[in-house]
Amino acid sequence: MHHEIHPSASPAIVELHNHIKDALLQSFDNDITGSQIDYDFPVFTVAKNRIHDVLEFLKNSENMGFKFLTTLCGVHYPENKGSEFALVYQLHNMEKNHRVRIKIFMATADLNVPTATDLWLGANWMERETFDFYGFRFTGHPDLRRILNMDEMNYHPLRKEYALEDAGRDDKEDKYFGR
Amino acid sequence: MPDATIKKINISDDKIMKGTSGNIGQTFATASQVTDQKDYSILNLGPTHPATHGIFQNILTMDGEIIVKAEPTIGYIHRAFEKLAERRPYNQITPITDRLNYCSSPINNMGWHMTVEKLIGCEVPKRAQYLRVIIMELSRIADHIVCDTVIAVDTGAMTGFLYLFQWREKIYEIFEEICGARLTTNIGRIGGMERDFNEKAWSRIHAFMKEFPKALTEFDKLVTRNRIFMDRTINCGAISAENALAYSFTGPNLRAAGVDYDVRVMSPYSSYEDFDFIIPVGTNGDTYDRYMVRMEEMWQSMRIIEQAIKNLPDGPFHAEVPEFYLPPKEDVYSKMEALIYQFKIVMGETDVPKGEVYHAVEGGNGELGFYLISDGGRTPYRLHMRRPCFIYYQAYPSMIEGGMLSDAILTMSSMNVIAGELDA
Repeated sequence: MHHEIHPSASPAIVELHNHIKDALLQSFDNDITGSQIDYDFPVFTVAKNRIHDVLEFLKNSENMGFKFLTTLCGVHYPENKGSEFALVYQLHNMEKNHRVRIKIFMATADLNVPTATDLWLGANWMERETFDFYGFRFTGHPDLRRILNMDEMNYHPLRKEYALEDAGRDDKEDKYFGR
Repeated sequence: MPDATIKKINISDDKIMKGTSGNIGQTFATASQVTDQKDYSILNLGPTHPATHGIFQNILTMDGEIIVKAEPTIGYIHRAFEKLAERRPYNQITPITDRLNYCSSPINNMGWHMTVEKLIGCEVPKRAQYLRVIIMELSRIADHIVCDTVIAVDTGAMTGFLYLFQWREKIYEIFEEICGARLTTNIGRIGGMERDFNEKAWSRIHAFMKEFPKALTEFDKLVTRNRIFMDRTINCGAISAENALAYSFTGPNLRAAGVDYDVRVMSPYSSYEDFDFIIPVGTNGDTYDRYMVRMEEMWQSMRIIEQAIKNLPDGPFHAEVPEFYLPPKEDVYSKMEALIYQFKIVMGETDVPKGEVYHAVEGGNGELGFYLISDGGRTPYRLHMRRPCFIYYQAYPSMIEGGMLSDAILTMSSMNVIAGELDA
C-alpha cells in the first residue's frame, strides 16, 4: 500500500488519518489501495468495486460518522494509462469536524460507478454534474441526465482532450500556457 | 405575461407529452409520470421571469393553485468556470470567482486567495487578515440585504426593500474605494490585500457602522412582526434538519433548519477565532426562519466588523511572497529584482508546489469550497468549486411540491439561489 504524509500535516490530522486507516483496513483490507495526507486532509484510495461499501461504512459506522457529503467531482488523468479517470468524494463529520477524501480510479473503457444517491439525496445533482462533464455512468442513479450543458451535446467537455481555445487558432496552444 | 404561459393539457394525451426537443420536451415527458385521472395544467415558470430574480426555469404541474410536481432546468448561464480555470494562471482565476455568487464577490475572492495560500504555504499578516474579515462581513451584509429585502418584496412589502436596499449601495461604495470596483470586485491578492484602506474608505466604513443599525432596525420593525409577512412565510417551504443535511445544505438555509454549522466557527480561517459572535439557528427550516437567521447574521456581522476595527493590528497589509504578489509599479521601473518578479508573475514562470488542497469559507449561501489540484504548472490541473447554491437548489422541488405557487416564489427567494453560483 502506497503511503505518504505531507510535511505540513498536524499531529491531529495524522492521528485522524491513522484512526480512519485502521478502521478501513479492518473492514476492507486489500481493497484500500492507498493512503496519504494532503495538507489537512486524510486521503484514501479505494478499489472501485467497493466504493459504495466504503462510503456506506464511513457514513453509518458508529466511530466514523461521516454523515455529510461535501463534494463529489471527477478528474481526468489521460497520462495515467489504465486508470485515466478519478472520482473524488469529500466527506465531513460535522460533530467532530473531521474530513476525509476518498478516491477511486478507473479506465476509460469502464466508467460505471455505483450511485451514492441512496446514501445522500444531495448526491443526485453532484453525480449529474460529474456525468455531464466527464461521462461517468452512475449505475442506479434515478435520473442521470446532463445538468449544466445542453442535452444535445455529444461529448464530455472537462476531459483533457478538449482544448479550451478555438481549435482553429494556432497562436494559443497549450504550450504557451505552461502545459 | 409572456413569460408565464399556462397550457391546459390532459396528462394522458401522448401527443402533447412528446413536446418539443431538448429540456422542455423531456420535462413534459416526466410530468406524465403523474398518473391519475385528474386534469393538470402545466405552468412554465421562467427561465426569465421577474419573480424568480434570476435565470431559473421550472416546469410546474399544477392542480389548480397547488404544485403537484416541479422540474427545474438549470445551466442557462453556465460559463464553464472549471474548464476556464485550467487555462488561467492562479491570479487570473480571482475574476472568475467574482462571478459565482455575485452578491458577495469579495468572499469568493478571499476564499480563492486562501486556497492558493494554503497550497503555497503562505502566512498572511494579521492586519491583512483583519482587513479581509471587514470586507467579507460587509459583503455578507450586502448578500443578506438582497435576500431578506427580496423576501419582503415577494410578500408585497416594497417599502422595506426600498429603505434597506440603498445600504447595499453604501457597501459597494466602500468596495469601490478599496479596490475600484463595485460588483465584480477582484479584491485582495494572493498573500494579502492589494492596498491598505485609504482615509476615504475608513470614513465610509465608519459612517456605515454608525448609520446602518438604524436602517436595519427600521426594516426589522416594518417587516419582521408584520402580520401579513408572518402569515405568508411561516410554514412556507419548510425542510427538516435531516433532509437539509441529506441534501448537503450549508449556510443560513441549514442553520434555519436548526443545525449550527458555520465554517467560520468550525474551521476558522483569516483569524475568525479572534472574534466573538453568535451563530443564529432556526427551528422549522421554513421561509420565516431563513429570513430571521439572515437578519440576525447581519447584526452579528456588524459585531465582527466592530471588533475588527477596534482591534485592528498594525503592520504590513500583505505577506512577503514576491513570487506571487506583484511588486509596486515604481519599483518595477527602477529595481532589478522587482522587474524580475514582475516578469515571472506575468509570464507564469513561478514554481507552484504540486499538491491537492481543499479550502472552504462561509460564503453568503454556505460552505464555498475550492478543491484545487496542482501539478506544479502555471495553471491548476483541476479546480472544482463547491457552490452551495448548486447543491441545495436540488431540494427545491421537494420543498414546494404540495404547496401553493405563491409559496414557491417565496421559497426560492428565501433560499437565495444565485444564478451565477448555481450554473458556474
